[in-house]
Amino acid sequence: MKRAFLAILQRDLQIAFRRVSEIANPLLFFIIVASLFPLAVSPDSDHLRSIGSGVLWVVALLSSLLALEGLFRADAEDGSLEQLMLSPVPLGVAALAKVTAHWLVTIVPLVVLTPVLALSFALPVGVLPVMAFALLLATPTLSVLVALGAALTLGLRRGGAIVGLLVLPLTAPLLIFGTRAIDLALYGESAVAPLYLLAALAALAVSLGPVAIAAALRVGVE
Amino acid sequence: MKLPRWFHLFGSPPFVYRLAGALTPWLGIIACTLLIVGAYWGLVVAPPDAVQGEVYRILYIHPQTAYVSMMAYVVMAVTAGIGYIWRIKLAHAVAVSAAPIGASFTACALVSGSLWGRPTWGTYWEWGDPRIMFETLLLFLFLSYLALRAAFEDRDKADRVSAILAVVGVVNVPIIHYSVLWWNTLHQGPTISKLDSPSMATEFLIPFLIMITGFTFCFYWLLLSRLKAEIVERERDTRWLQDALQGGRP
Amino acid sequence: MNEILSMGGHGAYVWPAYGITLAVIVFNAWAARRKLAIALDEARRSRATEQPRNQPRVRQLQ
Repeated sequence: MKRAFLAILQRDLQIAFRRVSEIANPLLFFIIVASLFPLAVSPDSDHLRSIGSGVLWVVALLSSLLALEGLFRADAEDGSLEQLMLSPVPLGVAALAKVTAHWLVTIVPLVVLTPVLALSFALPVGVLPVMAFALLLATPTLSVLVALGAALTLGLRRGGAIVGLLVLPLTAPLLIFGTRAIDLALYGESAVAPLYLLAALAALAVSLGPVAIAAALRVGVE
Repeated sequence: MKLPRWFHLFGSPPFVYRLAGALTPWLGIIACTLLIVGAYWGLVVAPPDAVQGEVYRILYIHPQTAYVSMMAYVVMAVTAGIGYIWRIKLAHAVAVSAAPIGASFTACALVSGSLWGRPTWGTYWEWGDPRIMFETLLLFLFLSYLALRAAFEDRDKADRVSAILAVVGVVNVPIIHYSVLWWNTLHQGPTISKLDSPSMATEFLIPFLIMITGFTFCFYWLLLSRLKAEIVERERDTRWLQDALQGGRP
Repeated sequence: MNEILSMGGHGAYVWPAYGITLAVIVFNAWAARRKLAIALDEARRSRATEQPRNQPRVRQLQ
């Protein structure tokens, strides 16, 4: 099972790196939308500091939605998803491998980029490790939710717009704990509690999420 | 999993259709009686509140509609889950019927809540209040369920896909609930409290309980009425329905 | 009577709240009746065009 997981992961990573533009698009979107906020709200650094963590979180959520079209659709169209279903590997494991690939390719670059943008929002350097850590703990859950949205809308010809409706309400807890961790760090307090909660959510999502994704894929491919 | 035999009776559309047909008038009568009595009691008989004056009377409809909205979500998710696991189409029909009722009650709870908030908190909408945020997110969950269903043309597929979403949603409901609760206490927002519920006096408690029972009956009345229509829609060409339409006993 | 209507000056909040709740209940009841009437109508019409079967038939393309 482990070998199958690694094989699917490797395959998806290879495919992803052949189409670099698809990796770059969500990143560019992230940078552009984040830089619209100082223009739209105020370039004042005190102001930016107070909205910075929230803005970066929301924009990160939105840009992670951009990359989901390619998550299962291409595989459903060329039949490799059906092959996976017929193979002895549990579909949940295969789904987890694909989600992991998606997370590595599209979300980790976002996490790397966020501290840089955070600096431009006048957030102090001391906060950045907490922010990166919170994002690392929250994004697996986010990836699972996005993949679930992609799987649920697999049977639709154009599922793009509706996925946002399905996924975004479910991300509210991530947003709450994620920004809370940064705020606590900003006031010089311990941010451990929200980070633990994010880790708990990630454990829940990574263990139960693939089951739901597999169920949705089975309905979608029929 | 093995199911008891009586359970399968509830998977039979003619049985449930007739059961719902027999129950709805009674549920409707009980619901309307309780709601009218409760509303009269709450609006006219019950004394005004010492702190809030007359405006507290929204207490007799607002928590009740909020309670119905959560009950509707749980009913929807549980029946959708049953329908998905055991492939019972009627369970899906119940879930579909619960969704619009739940969504409208959620919206109603938000509106009556903000009408209550204006005179007591001085604002129609308080982002910092966990209950408002929870109801808002609940409304989004209902709407996303309905939107996902509407996107599918094939009813069977819509049933199963939306069932997965409903079950995922109901796992998230307690998480959302506690996260907005902690969010508020962490933010040290305005400490808002309605009537301190544990110490509600009897004169307020009786109409409160009458209304809660009335709204519960009302929900099941509306649910079964909708379910009847949903069954007829789904069973349009089956023999039992066509026989029943011709007046013969199926 | 006037006293009840004014609700100690808060009638503008209490009565709309009750009114909206009533409207939601009435609307749901009406929507269910209408849905049932339409569904029954369609079922009757489909009987007129075709013999009933035990299994639902594939819906015809319009």
